[in-house]
Amino acid sequence: MKKKVISIMLSAVMAAALLAGCGSSSSTTTTDTSSSETETAAEETASEETTEAAAEAASEAGEEAASDAVAASGDATGKTFAIVVKSAGNPYNEKEIEGFQAVIEAAGGTCVVKEPEAATADAQVSAIQSLISQGVDSISIAANDENALQSALQEAMDAGIQVSCFDSKVNASSRATFVNQAGTQEIGQTLMDAVYDITGGSGQWAILSATSQATNQNAWIDAMKSIAASDEKYADLELVEVAYGDDEPQKSTDQTQALLSNYPDLKVICAPTTVGIAAAAKVLQDQGSSVKLTGLGLPSEMAEYIGDDDAHSCPYMYLWNPIDLGQLAAYTSIALVNGDITGTAGDSFTAGDMGDYTVVEADDGGTEIILGAPFRFDSSNIDEWKDIY
Amino acid sequence: MQKKSIWKKLTASREASLVIVLIVLCAVVSIFSPNFLSPTNIGQIFRNNALIMVMAVGMLCVLLTGGIDISITSILAFSGMTVGMLLKNEILSNTFLLFVIATAIGLGCGILNGVIISKGKVTPIICTMGFMYIWRGLAYVVSNSSWASGSDVAGYSDFGKDGSAGPYVILIVVFVLFFILMKWTKFGRKIYAVGSNAEAARISGINVDRTLTSAYAVMGMLSGLCGALSVAIYASAQPNMQYGKEMDVIAACVIGGASMNGGRGTIVGTFFGALIMAIIAKALPLVGIDSIAQNTVKGVIILAVVILNVVTQRMMDRQNLERREM
Repeated sequence: MKKKVISIMLSAVMAAALLAGCGSSSSTTTTDTSSSETETAAEETASEETTEAAAEAASEAGEEAASDAVAASGDATGKTFAIVVKSAGNPYNEKEIEGFQAVIEAAGGTCVVKEPEAATADAQVSAIQSLISQGVDSISIAANDENALQSALQEAMDAGIQVSCFDSKVNASSRATFVNQAGTQEIGQTLMDAVYDITGGSGQWAILSATSQATNQNAWIDAMKSIAASDEKYADLELVEVAYGDDEPQKSTDQTQALLSNYPDLKVICAPTTVGIAAAAKVLQDQGSSVKLTGLGLPSEMAEYIGDDDAHSCPYMYLWNPIDLGQLAAYTSIALVNGDITGTAGDSFTAGDMGDYTVVEADDGGTEIILGAPFRFDSSNIDEWKDIY
Repeated sequence: MQKKSIWKKLTASREASLVIVLIVLCAVVSIFSPNFLSPTNIGQIFRNNALIMVMAVGMLCVLLTGGIDISITSILAFSGMTVGMLLKNEILSNTFLLFVIATAIGLGCGILNGVIISKGKVTPIICTMGFMYIWRGLAYVVSNSSWASGSDVAGYSDFGKDGSAGPYVILIVVFVLFFILMKWTKFGRKIYAVGSNAEAARISGINVDRTLTSAYAVMGMLSGLCGALSVAIYASAQPNMQYGKEMDVIAACVIGGASMNGGRGTIVGTFFGALIMAIIAKALPLVGIDSIAQNTVKGVIILAVVILNVVTQRMMDRQNLERREM
């Protein structure tokens, strides 16, 4: 008897849960679509307002954004350009949008911004589909997944929309071209020059990387090694060790301390990873070590440690500028829509004040446009950038 | 005769064998890196492994009851991220209050673990696995996909700065307090009793459920404390912090002689076990083993120490048996 009652209650609960599940999921889809509709409607009606707002924001953020925005090349009047970022509420993505919007609107085009609530491929697929039905002329996307967006993006291309990606790529068959924030060679060259500059041209240096399997890290490290080997200029620099901190503060701390005690003559540590560079910066600064640091890091994480004097461990470091990236993505979209380029290797175009860019072969069989050397953060500009991303 | 008694003394105590392992480890490392035992280096070993050492104390309580808790680093991330966000958004900057809040969060998480395991009769590894995802997920929710770092936690991180006494004080207080608690108080003895034989403990009037809950509560509390400590030491709060480190904590306890079946293990042993883990972590990059091979070497050393431990235990048992037969 007791068992029966329990089983009836259990099945009732399960049925209720099923119903509840159906109910909530259907209600969320409706709110989703309605919110995206209102979003696009608002953007269309208020496009003039956003122009002003974007221009203001750009001038606040930095001179380069404003000057570039004014001198947009090509005519985009009457055309609609869409940008899809990874997710809403991320300061880095906001800066990309800012750059993109400024260029499009300076060229007379209409800009549609899609910010999915979550950084998932699903959310981007529904954003792409609503852009297709809206009939935009181009989509520029920072992909949350390299392959999952393929069918949605091909549908867009079949509908005559120019598809390109930036920041984070989709596979070669889902895009016309990829606006890459920094090429492997550029990063290698920049970091190598930083090491050369900080050591004064000779002495010991070490690399603190993330995990030993990280593709991008290894590509950068290999680029640095081959650059160091290929030029006599770097002959007096001795790379003593490549240490791996696994992007964990604790392990990175251990590895940094080990580098310091194993190599008393060490001059520079180069950490091309955000967690590693922050952990190393803290170790060096806390100990008042004379060893200096450079690499790739987030300004917000590193603001505390950047400075020219001995009290700071990192004289300067690099990362790409998200505003520039958004701008180049916008110029690329305009060039694609106007037919100046088709996305095949060898095409070239002028991206306003940013200069001339050429489409080159990418490693994955597609093509890419490389933004250029990474952006330098030092004591003169870190305060401006630390609140941005 | 004299020689035999020394040998007997050494094998009669598991802690003594751990001390020998420690001395051998330090001696070997010192050959490769002569200044390994310098005061600064030793200070760094304790500071950079304070989290593992403090959590090992809580893990010992849980292991003694025959359970396990794999949600600890998630609790650490949840409480640490909360501290980070309170600092970043300038809601609170009092170091002491932040530690209290983090510890309270951890205590709450731990009590929930304990109640579900004791009252709900859920297997500890399953229950804490569920919470491992929940607390880690909440850490991401709290973080709102941002990090608290360097300048956000500027004043607060002085507590854990290289050279500050903060982490050492916490380490000493936790170990001394729990040494006393586990050896001479009802709380400690009940945990041992429940872990050795829950049924016998129940019959002799011990509230088994409450004892179990208190063990997980202690574990949670110390994990929460470590959340605040982690933000102070590394000046950084990220939702993925200390990911996967629960295994290091369990390893520290097991090396220290704790049994996975419950009822056996001491605070002193755990201290040495955690210290051995800390020395391994510190020494591997120093002795010039290739970064890629370090984890393998770490695993081999852990296994070797545990096997040595088991052998010692067996010798102890045999000696006890011989004594009884006499």
